[in-house]
Amino acid sequence: MTPELGQLALILALLLALAQGVLPLIGAWRGNRALMAVARPAAAGQAVFVAMAFAILVWAFLHFDFSVQYVADNSNLELPWYYRIAAVWGAHEGSLLLWILILNVWTVALAAFSQKLPEVFASRVLAVMGLIAVGFLAFIIFTSNPFGRLLPMPGDGADLNPVLQDPGMTFHPPVLYTGYVGFSVAFAFAIAGLLGGELEQAWVRWARPWTNVAWAFLTLGIVAGSWWAYAELGWGGWWFWDPVENASFMPWLVGLGLIHAQAITEKRGSLRAWTILLSIFAFSLSLLGTFLVRSGVLTSVHAFASDPRRGVFILAFLTIVVGGSLLLYALRAPKVAGGKAFKLVSRETVLLIGNLMFAVAAAMVLLGTLFPLIGDALNLGRISVGPPYFGFLFPLLMLPVVLLMPFGPFLRWGKGEPAVLKSLLLRVSIAAAACAIVAAFFVDGQPKAIVGVAAATWIAIGVLLYVYKRWREVPRGRRYPAEMAGMLLAHMGLAVFVVGVLLSESLSVTSDVRMAPGQTQHIGSYDFRFDGAHRTTGPNWRADQGTVTVTRDRKPVTVMHPQKRTYLRGQVQTESAVDAGIFRDLYVALGEPMDAGNIEGAWSLRLYYKPFIRWIWGGGVLMMLGGFTCAADKRFRIKRAAAIADDVLVQEARA
Amino acid sequence: MNRLLPFIAFMLLVALFGFGIWWNTQHDQNAIPSPLLNKPAPAFNLPKLYEPTQMVSKADLLGKPYLLNVFASWCIECGVEHPVLEAAGPSLGVRLVGYNYKDAPADAKRWLGEHGNPYDLLVADEPGHTAIDFGVYGAPESFLIDAKGVIRYKHIGPITPEVLAKELKPAIAAMLKETP
Repeated sequence: MTPELGQLALILALLLALAQGVLPLIGAWRGNRALMAVARPAAAGQAVFVAMAFAILVWAFLHFDFSVQYVADNSNLELPWYYRIAAVWGAHEGSLLLWILILNVWTVALAAFSQKLPEVFASRVLAVMGLIAVGFLAFIIFTSNPFGRLLPMPGDGADLNPVLQDPGMTFHPPVLYTGYVGFSVAFAFAIAGLLGGELEQAWVRWARPWTNVAWAFLTLGIVAGSWWAYAELGWGGWWFWDPVENASFMPWLVGLGLIHAQAITEKRGSLRAWTILLSIFAFSLSLLGTFLVRSGVLTSVHAFASDPRRGVFILAFLTIVVGGSLLLYALRAPKVAGGKAFKLVSRETVLLIGNLMFAVAAAMVLLGTLFPLIGDALNLGRISVGPPYFGFLFPLLMLPVVLLMPFGPFLRWGKGEPAVLKSLLLRVSIAAAACAIVAAFFVDGQPKAIVGVAAATWIAIGVLLYVYKRWREVPRGRRYPAEMAGMLLAHMGLAVFVVGVLLSESLSVTSDVRMAPGQTQHIGSYDFRFDGAHRTTGPNWRADQGTVTVTRDRKPVTVMHPQKRTYLRGQVQTESAVDAGIFRDLYVALGEPMDAGNIEGAWSLRLYYKPFIRWIWGGGVLMMLGGFTCAADKRFRIKRAAAIADDVLVQEARA
Repeated sequence: MNRLLPFIAFMLLVALFGFGIWWNTQHDQNAIPSPLLNKPAPAFNLPKLYEPTQMVSKADLLGKPYLLNVFASWCIECGVEHPVLEAAGPSLGVRLVGYNYKDAPADAKRWLGEHGNPYDLLVADEPGHTAIDFGVYGAPESFLIDAKGVIRYKHIGPITPEVLAKELKPAIAAMLKETP
C-alpha cells in the first residue's frame, strides 16, 4: 500500500506544481495579488509531497520491499543499510526523484529568502521554478515511476551496481544535482526579468549569491566524482572526458562565465543581454546533461539504462524550456547596450575575454561529446573523439585565462592604468621565471612540469600581490569583503589545481608488473614488496586481497591492501589501495592471478607513484570555498522592496 | 536577427538529438542478427558431459523441439540466468539441452553441483569448434530448435524473467502451435 501512497504524493505534487507554475504568472500579468499569493504555499505543499514520496522510497529500501520493482532491481538482503539508502539514487527512476527533491529544496529556499523582493517579480520567479517542476514530475510519473510493482514478489533482489558501492559515490550525485538544479534559480531570475522587462540590474544582484552557491556545489560534485573515479576505477586517472563527465563540466564552465558576467552587469550595468543568455545556457546545459545521460542518445560507461520514450519526453521538455526561453530572449532581451562604457584596458575587457574563453570551451566540449551523433547524422560511421581532442584544445583555450588572471583584480572598472599593469607584469614574470628555473632542477627538465610551476606561480603571485595591495591601502575591517575574499580563494584554487594537473601528469610513474610473493619493485624512490594474496569477505562480497609493503630507503612507509571483489551477483570490482599524501600518492591495483587456480601465487599488479595529485582536488575544494564565501557577502542580502525600488531608480539615473 | 541566433542554433541541436533518438530505435546496438534464424541448425556430434564416451548428434535430437542453452562455469552471467532456467524447468514445454562451452568437464560438473542441474541432456564442447558453426558470440546464449531441426529463436545474453516471459515463452508457444 505504501508505495502507492508515494505515487499518489507525486501526482499531488504535480498538481501543486501546476498551480505554482501557472496561477502566479497570470496574477503577475493581470496584477491580481490573490493569484500571485498562490506561489509560496503551492511551493511549500509541493515540497512536502515530494519529500513524502522520497521518504517512502527510502523506507521501501530499508524494509526490503522487493515487491517494488525499483527496490528489487537495485538492492538485496545483504546490502548494508547505508548503501540501501544510496541505492535510492542508484538508478534512473530514483535519481530523478532526488533531482526533483533538490529542485524543491531550492524552490523552498527561494520562497523563504525572496519575501522582500517586489511581489510581481518574486511570483514570476517562483512560477518559473514551478513550471520546471511540472516538467520533471510529469517525466517521472509518465515514464519513470519508481514505485512500479513487481509481482510475484521475489525473495531477494538483484544488486546495486557495485561501482556505486563506495562512500564517494553515495555523496557525489546529491551534491552534483544540487549544483545542476541550482542553476535553475539564475534561470528563473533571468526569465522573470525578461517577462517583466524592468529591474534589469537589480535582479542580477539578487541572482548572484544563488549562482555562486549552485556553482560551488557543482564544483564539489565534480571534485567528488573525479576523486571517486580515481579511487574506484583502478586506472589511476582522475578525468576521462566521458560524455557524462562532460555533461557536468559544460554547465560548470558556463556557470563560471555567468558568475563573472553577473559581476560586470551588477556593478556596471553593461553586458545585460550576455548575462541573460548565460543564465539561460547554464541551466539549459544542466538539462542537456540530463537528456544525454538518460535518453540513450550517447553510450557511456555510466549512462542509465535507456528507453526511447524517455528520450522523446526529455527532448520535448528541453525544446519547450530552452527553445521557449531563447525565443523569449530574442523578443525581449534589452535592445540597447546599457550600462557604463569601458575602455580597452579595463577590468571589463579582461573579464569579457575570460567569459568568451569559458563559452568557447563549453562549446568545444559539447561538440566533442556530440561527435558520435554527428558522425551518424552525416553517415560517416560512429566516430568519437577522446582525450587527444579535449586534452589539446582545452588547455589552449584556458591559456588566455591563466595569463590574464593576475591582472583582473588590479585593473579598474571602465578604465585601467597601463602603468599598474607594467609593474605587475614585471613582478609576476620574474617570480614565475625564477620558480620555473628552480623547479627545472627538481623535475629532470620535464617541460610540462616546469610550465605547471611557472603558471601556478604566475597566478599565485598575482593573487598574493593583490592581497598585499589591499592590506597596505585599505583600512582594517574593509580590506577583504566576502565577495573579494571568495574571488581570491577561488583564483588561488586554480593555481593549486594547475600544479596538481601538470605535475602529476608529467612526473607520475606507472608500472604494470607480474609479481610473485616476496618480489620487490622499485618505483620513484619507493620499494613495493608484494607479500602475496589471500581470500577475505565483506558484508556482501568476497575478495582476493593482496598485501603490498612499501619502504623507502629501507624505512617502512605503509602497508597496502588492494582488493579484487566479487559481489553476490557475480559482478567483479577492483578496490585499489591508495596511500595519500600532500606531495605524493602511492596507488596499487590488483590485476589477475597468473594462475587462476592459485591465488597464493604470482599476480599481475599495477603500481603508481603520483606526485601532487591531491592538489587537483585541493584546488577544486578551494574554488568551491571561494564560491560559498562570495555568496555570503552582506551586500547581497536583500533590502526591503521599497528600498530596492529606490535603489534601482537611483542606479538607473546614474547609468 | 542577431538575437534569434541562439534559438536557431539550439533548434539545430534539437534536430540532431531527434535524429539520434530515431537512429537508436532503428539500430539496436546489442542486437546481432543471426543469419541462422529460421535456417536448419548446423550438424553437430558432441560427447555427453557425464558420459563422455557417448556421442549426441543433431539427428538424435530430431522429432521433438528443444532449447539449446550455451553455458560455462567461467561465465558470470550464466550464474544470473541459471536460477531462471531452474525455476522454468518443465514449464517450458520443450526439452532443455545444456551446451557446455569451452569448459573443463570437472569445472562444469562442480558448477552444476553447486547451482543445480535443470538440463534434460548435457553435451560438452570443450574445444569450442562446433560453437563456431552455431555462431556463438559468447555465453550465455540460447537457441530454440524445432522438431525438424530449424532454429526458431535465438537469444544472446542471460535469459532473465523478462526475456522468458516476453520473448522465449511466446516463441515456444508459436512454434508448438505450428508444429506440435
